[in-house]
Amino acid sequence: MTIHADERYEIEALLRTYPTPRAVALDALKIVQQAKKWITDEDIRDVAALLEMTPAELDNLATFYSQIFRRPVGEHVIRLCDSVSCWIMGETGLEEHLSHLLGIGPGETTPDRRFTWLPVSCLGVCEQAPAIMIDDDLYTHLNPEDLDVILEKYVQGGVEK
Amino acid sequence: MKRERPLTQHFRSDGQALSLREYEAVGGYQGLRAALRMERHQIIKTIRESTLSGRGGAGFSTGRKWTFIPDEDLHERHVFPHEMVMMIEEPDQWEHSLAGFTTGVKWSFMPKGEYITTPTYVVANADEMEPGVFKDRVLMEGNPHQLLEGMIISAHAIGANTAYIFLRWAYKKSARCIEKAIAEARQANYLGEHILGTDFNIEIYLHTSAGRYICGEATALLNSLEGRRANPRAKPPHTAAVGLWGRPTNVNNVETLSNVPHILRNGSDWYKGLSYTDEGGTKIYGVSGRVKRPGWWELPMGTIAREIIEEHAGGMADGYHLRGFLPGGASTDFLLTEHLDVRMDVKSVDAIGSRMGCGTMIILDDKTCPVGMVNNVMRFFARESCGWCTPCREGLPWTANVLNAVEAGQGRPEDIDRLRTHARWIGGPDNTFCALAPGAMEPLQSALRYFEDDFREHIHLGRCPWRRKGGPI
Repeated sequence: MTIHADERYEIEALLRTYPTPRAVALDALKIVQQAKKWITDEDIRDVAALLEMTPAELDNLATFYSQIFRRPVGEHVIRLCDSVSCWIMGETGLEEHLSHLLGIGPGETTPDRRFTWLPVSCLGVCEQAPAIMIDDDLYTHLNPEDLDVILEKYVQGGVEK
Repeated sequence: MKRERPLTQHFRSDGQALSLREYEAVGGYQGLRAALRMERHQIIKTIRESTLSGRGGAGFSTGRKWTFIPDEDLHERHVFPHEMVMMIEEPDQWEHSLAGFTTGVKWSFMPKGEYITTPTYVVANADEMEPGVFKDRVLMEGNPHQLLEGMIISAHAIGANTAYIFLRWAYKKSARCIEKAIAEARQANYLGEHILGTDFNIEIYLHTSAGRYICGEATALLNSLEGRRANPRAKPPHTAAVGLWGRPTNVNNVETLSNVPHILRNGSDWYKGLSYTDEGGTKIYGVSGRVKRPGWWELPMGTIAREIIEEHAGGMADGYHLRGFLPGGASTDFLLTEHLDVRMDVKSVDAIGSRMGCGTMIILDDKTCPVGMVNNVMRFFARESCGWCTPCREGLPWTANVLNAVEAGQGRPEDIDRLRTHARWIGGPDNTFCALAPGAMEPLQSALRYFEDDFREHIHLGRCPWRRKGGPI
């Protein structure tokens, strides 16, 4: 079993919220992903068993939803909004600068595994464009050079923010 | 005269959400108290008379067929499923086409009286994710109790005891606000059993999504909530007959539900009086792009686009001129400066060939390439296609590839007609399973109409003419 007892308890508590176990599937995957950062084949197998699903049924979901990661990601996930309002307000400059700072492109992870850069559709803060989200933290009204200071927080403090 | 802004006028200035006590102090949950004293059909009648229309904005055909529905008796008796099917068997009926369709009529489709069987569900569609749209976030972060109260009233009106909020993953602050509000409401017996001493029970659960724009399509949302891929369902049947876990389900947008408490508290005549037009209430309008003050404003329904852009958003930023705008999000047709005097309501924007959508405008300035803008929007829709039907899964990436080539200066003269063909066939009625792909074609088809010269210039020059003007590349 790759699932921690606490995670299992949290998933089982959610089962009371819905009439069928599979309705908890995405919440369960997110709970497991919280600690591990991504979902392994073993996680799929174990969560599926908990929810009376086959691994294939669960993987069918895990591979559909963009915020469930089936491949390893870095310590911090940078989501850079590339939708239209951010694009108009200078998102391309952010992309260029991020690429320069990290030495990687969208969809890639830095060699030290500290950052994964994922392109993301609209973050819903269009009036504060351009915007990025690092882990759960939102940054808006950005100029490219703002990224220097922001990324530094995640380099220096590790997971501490 | 200072106009009322019922949804947002009591927002705190520090950006924090109203607490339960603060909301109650400005009339919060009085709408629910009024509703609990009314017969269910009276509640639906009040909502119908208010002319509150769906604020989800996803519709591409804007309820045009729904206007034919015989609705005289709908609030008096149960509509049998086979009648529902008859009513909506027009082939291009979608949940999406409920946009602009009055909420009271939608509620009246739910089983009534002795036909109510449990479980029946209320679902708040909080999966706001269309580029350029951020109005539901504003409402959830500013006053989550208003949404809860609207849901509780809706549940009472249609006989539901369970309700879900389907919230998009990126709205972390909204999630915190809603969780706190649910806990407060439960403590005060607005949620739970025997609400305010009546025999009505109601629970609201928050579900946060795991991504994908298609989850905002009502039937795809229900599939996602059931723990399935968010592929849309065939319609009919309507979700009011066969919804969540096959049960009757009322799905409403966050802004729609947030209007409900105020209508119950102040009456439908008051509500209609808030609007400039015959579509009642206020509307959360927004502007993003190169204006002086991008933002949102609650204004009378039917406020003129020019007022929103020039007064509220402060006009164009220094050094930029207005070329056009998408009036209601990324899935709406471009409008031009000559359209600035349009009233921003469903019927008026429809009449000039676009859609009000969510009422959140995206500005195209003179330093931004229109081909690049359409290409950006198309790549969004291609990425977010659920893959269920071929024209969308294959057609959107093909269209995006052609646009990419044109923008990069590798387009050919025949590409213009090729793009028009895609827009006509993919955007045409009944060629796709849901409204995602037709929505994707709206900015393209209107850009080809209004900015064809810009497309031709890219092809003729073999490069993007904006790249030297300092605009986004």
